[in-house]
Amino acid sequence: MGLVSTAIVLLIAVFVARESFPLLRSVSPVRLFTDSAWNPLEGAYNMAPMLMGTLVVSAGAVLLSAPLGIASAIFCNFYAPPSVARGYRAVIELLAGIPSVVYGLWGLMVVVPWLARFEPPGVSVLAGILILALMILPTMVMVADATFARIPSEYFQGAAALGLSRWTTVRTIAIPSARRGLLTGALLQTGRAVGETMAVLMVCGNVVQIPKSLADPVRTLTANIALEMAYAMGVHRAALFTSGLLLLVMILVIIACAELVNRERSNA
Amino acid sequence: MPEPRARVMDRLSAILIWGVAGLVAASFVWLVGNVLQHGLAQLSFEFVTASPEDAGRGGGIAPIIVSTLIIVAICMAVTVPVGLGTAILLAEFLSGSSRLGRLVRRSLDVLASVPSVVFGLFGNAVFCQMLGMGFSLLSGGLTLACMVLPFFIRTAEEGLRAVPKDYRMAAASLGLSHTGTLAHILIPAAMPGLLAGFILSVSRSLAETAALIFTSGYVDRMPSSLLESGRTLSVHIYDLSMNVSGGDGMAYSSALVLMVMLIVLNRIAMWLSRKWSTQRVVA
Repeated sequence: MGLVSTAIVLLIAVFVARESFPLLRSVSPVRLFTDSAWNPLEGAYNMAPMLMGTLVVSAGAVLLSAPLGIASAIFCNFYAPPSVARGYRAVIELLAGIPSVVYGLWGLMVVVPWLARFEPPGVSVLAGILILALMILPTMVMVADATFARIPSEYFQGAAALGLSRWTTVRTIAIPSARRGLLTGALLQTGRAVGETMAVLMVCGNVVQIPKSLADPVRTLTANIALEMAYAMGVHRAALFTSGLLLLVMILVIIACAELVNRERSNA
Repeated sequence: MPEPRARVMDRLSAILIWGVAGLVAASFVWLVGNVLQHGLAQLSFEFVTASPEDAGRGGGIAPIIVSTLIIVAICMAVTVPVGLGTAILLAEFLSGSSRLGRLVRRSLDVLASVPSVVFGLFGNAVFCQMLGMGFSLLSGGLTLACMVLPFFIRTAEEGLRAVPKDYRMAAASLGLSHTGTLAHILIPAAMPGLLAGFILSVSRSLAETAALIFTSGYVDRMPSSLLESGRTLSVHIYDLSMNVSGGDGMAYSSALVLMVMLIVLNRIAMWLSRKWSTQRVVA
């Protein structure tokens, strides 16, 4: 019984790999990045633009969201009165519970038209980054909040006895002792950002191109699967499974990094 | 008296941190307010009892609610027995450091972070094609079950672990068998935790879209068997906002219905886990 979960993990890897086999047998993996374009029906399988899309949007979202998330957790632990902190935590929990398709709907109806006023068409890398940053914020807040709560209270008593100001306490005591926890939080956020499909699919515009500016539309790996899977046949279908395999590998690397960070923490 | 520079820094950082918190709270209010404002306009009794018309631009969402409930029910019917079995194994039969326990835990971690669209690919290859279920409620529900399993197991395991050791000792001293202890003492005592895990899993499966688009499909008719295709609320929202011009209003109303369901479930889960933690203190 207990091995069911292990079996599912293996099955996912095996099946996604098996279904991408028809492509990998006939096309060398190098061509996935050097072909002239993504045009699977005519035998061109360049995934580089979509890989770039995923990387740019995820990196932007994490870079924006991680500091905001850490600041939110600092707010809950060191600045807000208890009742405000409780309310704020409830807001974060509700944010975590909102389905990604609702984030996408809001992004499409509100954020995209607003961005389009400055720089059409609005559906863009920037829209994806903004929506995704809000979506993955709760992950960081929850991890950072738990990490701050684990810091021994003697540290803070010592700081108070030395007459340190609140900001100095946060800057020199709380953040350094929570460093590894915060790093784990950022890695978890990256994992979520890379795997997110619906919100990104709805606000990024889905044009297959390497974005030159934040206002350019872009298509991510996940969005590509969701868009083309419905009608893909044969080698095209295999190409989509190959991009799923690529996603799976990226996620495994991120988990391995998080594991490494945690292991060092337990040794220290 | 701190030097002025430090005091300025302190003041500035306080403003900044309150500002960030304000910004996040404002985005939340903006999002929810926006959905409420546009969603309430079409919301009526007919909306939840009528069938969609004109590709969803008119009518209601009754068949979609039914499909959603069926898919979630299939998902939970698989998740609960398998998940409970795994949780009992992890909490009661395997010590934290055993090799098998570590292997199972590691696979749960991996499973929890696999992107949902990859679950969709997997479900499409295994349930729709290999097992010949096609685009159907059954394929969708089974795919979701694979996806929510790690979340259910985690919460159920924590619930079981939180049952005080004394209970197990008392049961052992009364000569109760291991199965008897599980069925009569541990599972009832861990019930709030198990229920919280159940509700968490239901919320996850309600919120999911990407794993369902190419496993349970797009059809918006009332389903008449488990092997028929049907769309859930979240797929409906996606379809209306992306593929149907003029479907925005209905998309908002469906989003409102979905969010109300999720918030109610979230509150129940919070209440249960609070009850569970006070119980633990008393025990």
